[in-house]
Amino acid sequence: MGKTIAEKIFAAHLRDEPFEGTRVLSLDRVLCHEITTPVAIADLVWREKDRVFDRNKIKAVIDHVTPSKDSKTALQAKILRDWARRHEIPDFFDIGHNGVCHAIFPEKGYIRPGFTVIMGDSHTCTHGAFGAFAAGVGTTDLEVGILKGVCAFREPATIRININGSLSQGVVAKDVILHVIGQLGVNGATDRILEFRGPVVDAMSMEARMTLCNMAIEAGGTCGVCMPDMTTVDYLWPFIEEEFGTKEAALADYSKWVSDADASYDRVLDFDVTTLAPQVTFDFKPDCVKPVADMAGTRIDQVYIGTCTNGRIEDLREAAAVLKGKKVADSVRGIVSPATPKIFNVALKEGIIEIFMDAGFCVTNPTCGACLGMSNGVLAEGEACASTSNRNFNGRMGKGGMVHLMSPATAAACAITGVITDARTL
Amino acid sequence: MSSKKIFGGSAIVLDRADINTDEIIPAKYLTEVTKEALTPYILEDLKLDGFDAKGEKLKNASVVVTRTNFGCGSSREHAPWVFEVNGVHTVIAESYARIFRQNMFNCGMLAIELPKGDIDQIVALDADGVINIDIDVDAQKITATANGKTLDFSFEVSPFDKALVAAGGWVEFADARY
Repeated sequence: MGKTIAEKIFAAHLRDEPFEGTRVLSLDRVLCHEITTPVAIADLVWREKDRVFDRNKIKAVIDHVTPSKDSKTALQAKILRDWARRHEIPDFFDIGHNGVCHAIFPEKGYIRPGFTVIMGDSHTCTHGAFGAFAAGVGTTDLEVGILKGVCAFREPATIRININGSLSQGVVAKDVILHVIGQLGVNGATDRILEFRGPVVDAMSMEARMTLCNMAIEAGGTCGVCMPDMTTVDYLWPFIEEEFGTKEAALADYSKWVSDADASYDRVLDFDVTTLAPQVTFDFKPDCVKPVADMAGTRIDQVYIGTCTNGRIEDLREAAAVLKGKKVADSVRGIVSPATPKIFNVALKEGIIEIFMDAGFCVTNPTCGACLGMSNGVLAEGEACASTSNRNFNGRMGKGGMVHLMSPATAAACAITGVITDARTL
Repeated sequence: MSSKKIFGGSAIVLDRADINTDEIIPAKYLTEVTKEALTPYILEDLKLDGFDAKGEKLKNASVVVTRTNFGCGSSREHAPWVFEVNGVHTVIAESYARIFRQNMFNCGMLAIELPKGDIDQIVALDADGVINIDIDVDAQKITATANGKTLDFSFEVSPFDKALVAAGGWVEFADARY
């Protein structure tokens, strides 16, 4: 019997099996941000165990509220900053260099096929796009990860999601994953790994694959994962050239992680996306999904383009293509947050920032801010936001606010009209 | 910073599926750096008819009884912590989101799963008055009592989860072993 990619990664990282069904894995990456890490740091200090298992495998960033908005967030940033300095963690990103964790860490080449990755952040599943096993964890798991470099998981069971057919013009990875979550339900993949396969995924860029994997958690999934291929190698090439010499050698090495043809799956689900239209959420759960056309005309007060789901350069390009030469409706506040300084810089050079600003968008620094209602675009009671983020929970972006999740192109169209709009109709 | 946990006591029923961690503790309170500071904000954004986050029922509760996919969404351990600092050390649900469930055991607390039929019976008991829940972790037995009516249930916790509860949490377990 063959193995899935997750089974292969688990086997290669198995450190201990204290009880049947419990796999304690050694970790290649422990990622940290300023919201969930400070309490772990405080607890390690209190236990007189203020140590790190490997400073080169720990990466840290201040991203959720940056620059700090008040004394409390300033303290959180300071705790992380002081800790990173104290332990001489080389890859720590602060103001001027910081960006949204699930965008900046892949961009720096830290995530490789076959890696095990944890972070105190549910959207850590994003990194599975590289053929890694990457899971969001709580602060206690993070604390043990920092101290010991291990984390416990149940045996991995995998749901294989085949994305067949081809995407029509104006339909993107975000629409695909919203549709899949709508079908799976918010707990359809609990304790499962979502393995995204098929010709549509094969043709996707790394950015699009990250969008897919990012939302695996919204169906309850432990991790989303894509097979490493030449697209993965191309993305990572600046970081791996020295190690492999040729792209073919890198691909040959990474191919060892690809799921075997006779691997066994918990479930296999086939989706044909050929006739899929742009998707949008309604209500307060990410599985409440409809075609944009069915929600057309719904009032929008704010448009938010950014986040770990859709704040990458490709996303900004898609939104800018819709916005070019157009203006944000008088009734709408447009906010765009490029996810990293590099993305910001490329957007600047490509004229994308100019398009956003000419349209009347506010361009913010890279941060998670508005997505979880912490800063930079919190909603007032009764307001609705067209957002490229990943969660539409009650109160998520501000008490009494409504969040409609959608692709960057759809969000841009909403900004122009002030109501939910299919960008293809503009 | 874990302390000895008390399992069982009076219960509050949250009769809804998919209660997420944003509802249990909104993100705006994640700027706190101690568990204790979270205390007043428990379940502040919960969308549930008749529920009062400032009411006596929640104040007196040591057990939460609820439906499927409890604790979905954000990985924030602030969700188990806000229960912990409010004296709620046990959650009984039909099912959990993975991270929340693991966070509970990692903190040395109990996230017990019961089938829908059992939860239905406990929910029905709520109409009879205050539910008291007795839990025997070793025997894996639950007794729910309200107004003289008594119901018995059995549950299963994995050996690993049991070990975490016995150790007082994952840090204690891992530190002793790795």
